[in-house]
Amino acid sequence: MYSVYQRRRLINRVIMGFCIAAAAFGIAWLLLILWSLVVKGGAALSLSVFTERTQMNGGGLGNAILGSLIMTALGTLFGSIIGVAAGTWLAEYGGKSRLASAIRFINDVLLSAPSIIVGLFIYAVVVLQTGHFSGWAGALSLTVIIIPVVIRATEDMLLLVPNTLREAAAALGAHRWWVVTRVCYAGARAGIVTGILLGCARISGETAPLLFTSLNSNQWNFFDLNSEMPNLPMTLYQNMTINSFIPRQVELAWAGALLLTVAILLLNIVARVVSRQRG
Amino acid sequence: MTTASEGLVPRFSRPEAWDQARPAVADAEAKLRVEDLNFYYGSFQALKSISMDVPANQVTAFIGPSGCGKSTLLRCFNRIHDLYPGMRSEGAIQLDGQNINDARVDTNLLRARIGMVFQKPTPFPMTVHDNIAFGVRLYERLNERDMENRVQWALEKAALWDEVKDKLHQNGQALSGGQQQRLCIARTIAVKPEVILLDEPTSALDPISTGYIEDLINELKADYTIVIVTHNMQQAARVSDVTAFMYLGELIECDETPKIFTQPGDSRTEDYITGRYG
Amino acid sequence: MLSMTTSTTSDARHLLGASDNELSALKRNGFIDRLFETTTRLFALFVLLLLGAILASLVVSGWPALQTFGLDFFTIDRWAANIEKFGALPAVYGTLITSLIAIVIAVPVSFGIAIFLTEKCPVMLRRPLGITVELLAGVPSIIYGMWGVEVLAPFLQSHFPTLFPAGTGLATAGLILAVMIIPFITAITRDVMVTVPPIMRESAYGLGCTTWEVVRSVIFPSVRGGLVGGVILGLGRALGETMAVTFVIGNNLFFHATLTGQGTSIAALIANQFPEADGIQRSALLALGLLLFVITFIVLAIARLMLNRYDRKSA
Repeated sequence: MYSVYQRRRLINRVIMGFCIAAAAFGIAWLLLILWSLVVKGGAALSLSVFTERTQMNGGGLGNAILGSLIMTALGTLFGSIIGVAAGTWLAEYGGKSRLASAIRFINDVLLSAPSIIVGLFIYAVVVLQTGHFSGWAGALSLTVIIIPVVIRATEDMLLLVPNTLREAAAALGAHRWWVVTRVCYAGARAGIVTGILLGCARISGETAPLLFTSLNSNQWNFFDLNSEMPNLPMTLYQNMTINSFIPRQVELAWAGALLLTVAILLLNIVARVVSRQRG
Repeated sequence: MTTASEGLVPRFSRPEAWDQARPAVADAEAKLRVEDLNFYYGSFQALKSISMDVPANQVTAFIGPSGCGKSTLLRCFNRIHDLYPGMRSEGAIQLDGQNINDARVDTNLLRARIGMVFQKPTPFPMTVHDNIAFGVRLYERLNERDMENRVQWALEKAALWDEVKDKLHQNGQALSGGQQQRLCIARTIAVKPEVILLDEPTSALDPISTGYIEDLINELKADYTIVIVTHNMQQAARVSDVTAFMYLGELIECDETPKIFTQPGDSRTEDYITGRYG
Repeated sequence: MLSMTTSTTSDARHLLGASDNELSALKRNGFIDRLFETTTRLFALFVLLLLGAILASLVVSGWPALQTFGLDFFTIDRWAANIEKFGALPAVYGTLITSLIAIVIAVPVSFGIAIFLTEKCPVMLRRPLGITVELLAGVPSIIYGMWGVEVLAPFLQSHFPTLFPAGTGLATAGLILAVMIIPFITAITRDVMVTVPPIMRESAYGLGCTTWEVVRSVIFPSVRGGLVGGVILGLGRALGETMAVTFVIGNNLFFHATLTGQGTSIAALIANQFPEADGIQRSALLALGLLLFVITFIVLAIARLMLNRYDRKSA
């Protein structure tokens, strides 16, 4: 009896020890990566990183940052419109119908589909058709990636709005669209905004879908979405691969990586703060 | 309310209103007339051949044990059931002689005519002002001043104005439970309905808030026809002119409130109000 | 109502004596109602269209290559652009092996972290640690890739030169993938584990069970589908990941049955060659993309089917 108990306790100790080790291991990786980012990226940071454009050797990241901002903003804008509308239909009209279930399922799968496939898709339907790489193609591929995120968030948040509120609004004589846009959106707003911010965070770090859509460029591109668009993730990629023999390019890549990560973490944190403000 | 009861149940105090002069209910015109109404949730029949009159400008109370169908009947009056699939009603409900169970009747318009207040307060996630304006904007185009006046009028009617006049632009969900419920009543009044349906409006409230709402019901009946579902028999006795007792989806009896509580015609009614079940 | 003119006539009594204002409001709102539902439905259908369009575009543009190579496409052991001989084998092998390595490492670690977070972690630390895990899941994959090639690969090369002569390779890529999917799997596992009603957990503890016994005999069995779903979802991520892998996989385009040697994966191969590809090579890369999409679609579909029950609850 005593030994059985001791054995059980020992097993428990060993496994719990493993769990704690696993948690420490996970945190250690994070710290290692963050440490590399801060040390290597911080060392290369300077004002010129923001103000100068990318060059064969040296220069800054200004044009890449601007291009990323433009494409991410456009992708977020388009994706939010489509995603909120589709999510609204799923939550408010689709219900348990077969069509709604199918769309929900496909959307959940697209949510984690490889982003490089989206790049290939936009390449085939936009770049090949127009004959050139463009900021539009990049923004569209980011749109395709954010849509499932926004749809999912919108539907989940609308489903959290209690049905009694819908009934109460309907009982005043309100038409369905009025109920949805005035009452349900008001209740789900914080959650939907959180979803959009998280989606925005996700696409701002996406590299693979930009490889053959927006491509990259060393020039400043102020809103000329018909031509190649410089962007941060691809600059990091190229600086770490084909240009990795130039030390300054690698340094710049780390500076860019630090900026990108900080921006994404900030977006995540803002999203969390917004979601906590739900009344 | 301290005099001993002359009713069947000693624990009831006899409402003062019973001893005051009152217009004869029998003379009142029927605002709503239910004719052979059957209602089904899928294959389950929740209402069985209900027929009754709801007198105009009176308070009609539905009482009965849980699951007896009283809320279901109430929700037939504004066809809120139509929001959900799988529910079906047969028979007629006449509003001033027009069958509202008719497919041609626009349910949105119907609900503007027949307002409803729910069991739990349901303020919308917006300001107090916007909560009231919400329903008004649906069918009326008022300029800002007229809207301010309408909001004040509705809040005054609901005896809430003095408490919230400085909080018009705060979130309605930040009010206390009793205030929220009066806000919901104000919201309903603001669209100027003809009938107000109250579905256990005080079951989530404390006794003081309940008292406010009961007083309010008394005042509102001058302008509106009121139907109230309640679990609380004392409340039915206090606020209603007519009481309908329902049991297992059937309407057992419906008569003037003092009569139901002192000389019920059916033994099941007597059993219920004396606390044998429910 | 009020003094507005009423349009009630004897044959329009169902209009409940509506005023002209009300009638026009009804008409307008009825129209917007239909418009709103139709529009939102079109946007929802867009999701189906998207899936169809992705599949169609990959099939159409990959078709020339599939036609040229036929079934050989899956058996040719090299991807040689200079002789226009394209076989998916090295890339498929690399994709599967790196993902497998990642899963083998990531699953026990993720489960360990999740158990720690839900059962053993001091309440004070629970939230910050949980948030850390979620933030880690948000770090873009290119950062993992950069870190892999700059820090991890040199480290492996200098400390285990026999296993990792170049530092880069399939195992290195698998390791990076593992680090990347640990937060994913951890977050899902934790979300699924907290759906177990506290009463079940408490009853088991009440019987004198140790923490591990509670987890193994009460929690895991009642959420088995969710755990498997989370793991498969992580697998789906690993299979399709591009940037974390491309840097460190070595880009060896010849099939070589190795664990630690250099190789390539579908996504890495596409990322490397597509920008400069043309003609049959481009078509072959698109066909490869189609293959990747089909594989990940099946994997993700299985994961979603297993997770759906828990997902909606924990959302």
